Parts: sequence; C-alpha cells; structure tokens
Amino acid sequence: MAKVLMKGNEAIAEAALRAGAEGYFCYPITPQTEVAEYLSKRMPEVGGVFLQGESELAVANMLFGAASTGKRIFTTSSSPGISLMQEAISYMAGAELPAVIINIMRGGPGLGGILPAQSDYFQAVKGGGHGDYRVLVLAPSTVQEAVDLTMLSFHLADKYRNPVMLIGDGMIGQMMEAVEFPDDYQEPELPSSSEWAATGAEGREARIIKSLFLDPTGLEDNSWKLDRKYRQMIKEEVRSEKYKISKTNKVLIVAYGTMARICQTAIDELEEEGISVGLFRPISLFPFPEQEIFKEATKANIKSVLTIEMSTGQMVEDVQKVVQGKKPVEFYGRTGGIVPTPDEVKEQVRGIVSKKKTSGKSRKKT
Amino acid sequence: MAVDNKTVFDRPVALRDVVTHYCPGCTHGVIHRIVSEVLDELGLRERTCGVAPVGCSVLCYNYYNCDFMEAPHGRAPALATGFKRMRPDMIVFTYQGDGDLASIGMGEIVHAANRGEKFTTIFVNNAIYGMTGGQMAPTTLQGQVTTTCPVGRDTSMTGQPIRMAELLSALATPAYIERVAVHHPKYILQAKKAIRKAFRLQRDNKCYTLIEVLSTCPTNWGNTPGEATEWLDDNMMKYFPLGCYKDFQEDDSGS
Repeated sequence: MAKVLMKGNEAIAEAALRAGAEGYFCYPITPQTEVAEYLSKRMPEVGGVFLQGESELAVANMLFGAASTGKRIFTTSSSPGISLMQEAISYMAGAELPAVIINIMRGGPGLGGILPAQSDYFQAVKGGGHGDYRVLVLAPSTVQEAVDLTMLSFHLADKYRNPVMLIGDGMIGQMMEAVEFPDDYQEPELPSSSEWAATGAEGREARIIKSLFLDPTGLEDNSWKLDRKYRQMIKEEVRSEKYKISKTNKVLIVAYGTMARICQTAIDELEEEGISVGLFRPISLFPFPEQEIFKEATKANIKSVLTIEMSTGQMVEDVQKVVQGKKPVEFYGRTGGIVPTPDEVKEQVRGIVSKKKTSGKSRKKT
Repeated sequence: MAVDNKTVFDRPVALRDVVTHYCPGCTHGVIHRIVSEVLDELGLRERTCGVAPVGCSVLCYNYYNCDFMEAPHGRAPALATGFKRMRPDMIVFTYQGDGDLASIGMGEIVHAANRGEKFTTIFVNNAIYGMTGGQMAPTTLQGQVTTTCPVGRDTSMTGQPIRMAELLSALATPAYIERVAVHHPKYILQAKKAIRKAFRLQRDNKCYTLIEVLSTCPTNWGNTPGEATEWLDDNMMKYFPLGCYKDFQEDDSGS
C-alpha cells in the first residue's frame, strides 16, 4: 500500500493489528498513550478486544490470562509502567506464554520525566523480573522499523512461546514519519497454539498453565529447558545494521534506536571533515550481536569504540564485555530526557581521533 | 438372581481421583467437590478454565479435572479478565483464599467485580494465611491469635477484619454475591445451591458472581477438626453472616 504519515505510537498500534493481534490491554502513561487512544477506536472495528485496566500490574496479568487462550495479544506502556509489569513477565516466561510488550521509554529512575530516554536497557535485557529467564528485545530506530519490528515481535513471541519486548524511546513514539504497511503480510508457518493453549478439556487431558515446580529437580529441568530456548534465540535471532563501516574508519560507534539515527547524521558530517567513522546498530538487544560487534571493533583500523546512549551507560557494559579489552571502549551519554545532538557526537569523535593515546576507560559526561 | 445396579453416588468427572495435600479438617476438599459437581451437572467442565491462587489451594489444578492457569499472588481476577475477554464462550472461575483476594489482590478483585467481568470467584475465607504457616490475614478476627499477632489481633493497630461480600456488594455494577459455609451438611446444601446459581448466571452471561465460603483451618487455628467447626460457628459466623448480599435481577440497571 501507499505510504502514510503516522505518529510512531499509532503506527505501532496499526502494525499490531496487521500482525493479527486480537487483544490489547493498557493503562494510560505518557509518552505512549496514543496507542491506547488509537486502539480504543480500531479494535472494535476489527472485532478484537480493547480493555483499559486499573493498573499496569493488572494489565500485565490480563495479558497473562489472555495469552493462555493462544490468541495474539499485547500491551504498551512506558518505563514506570513496565516496572509494574515485571512480575507477570517473569510468570509468562516461566509458563512459556507468547506476549508482546512495548516500552516507549522515558527518563527514570522513579517517576523520572516524560521525555525520551534509553535507560531501561538493563531492565529489558538483563531480566527485569525474578528468576532465570530472558525476553527477546528489539529496538527500532525509525517509525517504519517500529512497524516492521512490531509485526515481527508477534511472530517471534509465538515461535518461542516467550514474551518479546520492543523498546523504543519517547522519540519513536511521538514523531511522525511516512510508513508503509505490507499489503499481504506473510510469515513462516508455526505450530498451532491449540497444541498448548487452555481451550477447554474437550476430548483431551486437562491442561495446566503454570510456573510452579516445588520439586527442585523439576524447576532446574524447566530452567535449563528455557535456557535452551534462549540459546536458540542467540543462534537465530541476532539482528543488526551497519552504516558506513569501512577500512578507513578510525572510530566505531555502537548505538541503538533514536541514538543510532542521530549518530548517522554526525557520521555524515564528520565524513565531510575527513574523519571516517562507522556505526554498528544492534537491532536485537537480546540476543546481543556479540560476534558481529567483536568482528568490527577489533579490526586493525579501529582506534577506539564509542558507545553512545540516552542513559548514563548501560549497553556500554555489554560492548565492553564483547570487545574484551582489545580496543578502548569510550562512552558518551545524555539522559533525563535530553537527547544528544549530532554536534555533541561529533565533538566526542574529534576528541578521540585527536588524542595520541586513549585512556581505555569509559569517559562519562560530567 | 439378577441385581439391578444403579449408581447413586460417584466422584464427579471434574474432580480427579487423587489424594490431596490438604490437612485433616480443612474444608478445601468439600468446596472442590461442590464446584466439581456443579461443573458436571451444568455440563461445563469441557469448556472451563480455572485460575489457581497463591496459597494452600495453589495446587488445586492437580485436583480439578479441567484446564487451569496458575496466577501470581492476588492476580487471579486479572488473569480471569484477560482470558474471559478473549474467550467469552468459555467458563472461567478463580479460586482464591483470603490473603490472596482480600490483601494482595484487593485491587484486582474490586475492579474485576466493578467491570462486571463474567466469571465466577470462589472466595475461601478461613481468616488466616494457611500455606505460610498461620499469619494474620485481612479477615483475621479481633483477638484471634496468629503467628504475626501472637497476643491476638489488635484492631486498633491493624483495622477491623474486612467483610469482602459486603464490600463488593457496595459496587453499583450488577453482580451475584453470597456468603456460605460448608462445615455442616445443611450449609453444604446451601453452598452448592449458591455455587450452582453463580455458574448458571455466568453460563447465561449475566453478571460477575462471587461466592464467599467460610472455611476451617484447624492446623493454623491450633485446634482439632471438631473444635475448628465449633470455632467457626461461634466466631466467624457472627462476624461474617451468611446470606445473599447482592442478587442479580434481570432488569438490574445498576442502581
């Protein structure tokens, strides 16, 4: 179909419907409330379920119940609301239920602010809730990519019977861009949810959807079973994009989401100054593109790796781990809703290339 | 001589033929049996999904013979809401204790009831936390001794026990809410009638339904099964009177 101009939040809502979402549960929170407003009109049109719950705590558990029917369901929220959902996310991972959770991130900690941030990386990627589990995490950098990854999220949630989290910052949710929805959306065939969903015990044994294993060997077995699934994700679901990576690069920037996009502008402008910089953009944050970053970061022409985030430094810890001290990993971050400008990025790069020796330590903004 | 065998009493199909973990004198088993009989009699078992709580009855899915979900503590009404909204053709019930429903899950139960969600709640009130070993619950009676109020519940510091049937009946949304008991045969018959009515109303897509069942916990009350029955009669029945607190009327506009 032709391109349409849409706000990120509304585009995400429409993408979910195009991917076959039949249920949406929500609680208002800035900067993602437009998803709820949009779906309060659209869901009834497509015969789906729209429900505004009494809290994010309840909403996440409604999602849990709805996921148990085997139908495609999702919720959207922003940072403090996502914190409230962590209990149910852990339970859903434990009970192996597919669900899509979209976090349009704002600044924290606490009530924080309502402007864009990327400070929920740890929460999304390292667990968030209790127990040995992972969620698959995707991070779009444009409204179009938010559409594409939202649709992909439903497929991956079903493929792995696991929660999938899409994290976009407030900028992705609030800005308007031209987007295109696929005319005939197709995805690889998956086993039917009727194999595991609670659909009533007619003509079969009763099913129990649960995460309790009082016998420690049973719990350990289940945890390793889940882990095998996460290993499969690491093998099959790494996604990333490279921008202007070449043998002339002196610096490799690693950034995701909106921040990566700003870095692209800076890289274009630095090129005109004669400074060659490449960008590595992780699209999947779990699984993290470890081998790909290692390969690019350790090339002989790279003097330094620069991680830039809209946080005080979260993904940089994974970049450092991946680079294994083979190259200095620098860090630049702004947070609290302040988005670094291309000029700030350029200044950081100039600082790195003008230095004879780099410290090898992450350099935080003070 | 030919014998005309006729089965007059059997285990309901909705109840599995297994030994439960419940303590002697605990009335969970009676309540499980009543719910199972009703599911059988109304022919609902094969399209029912239960929601188990956190507490003594978390393992009730091992005893019921129908599909089940296991909820986080207190969140059963939210799971039931999500499930029932997606599958309005199915029958959904939550089975919750007083710690689960009246303490940690107070928010979820009030809002599910107020939205008029078309599921049934079996609320088992035994005035104490059973699984964790006998702590004070929101329904623990004034002066009642528990491991976290060892000299008896001091209501000047902890408030009065919460009467959930009365509290939920104050909501304007139509519902059927009744309090029953199961410690004597006559009460069991009344309880079954109420539970049957609740599932019937749900089947007919009428309203939210909640049956509060006064229950015993001899282990954590520190008495024998017989004494527990007497204690329930002498104490709980006075503070938590049995009866229908909110009945569903066909023309109920919510006033």
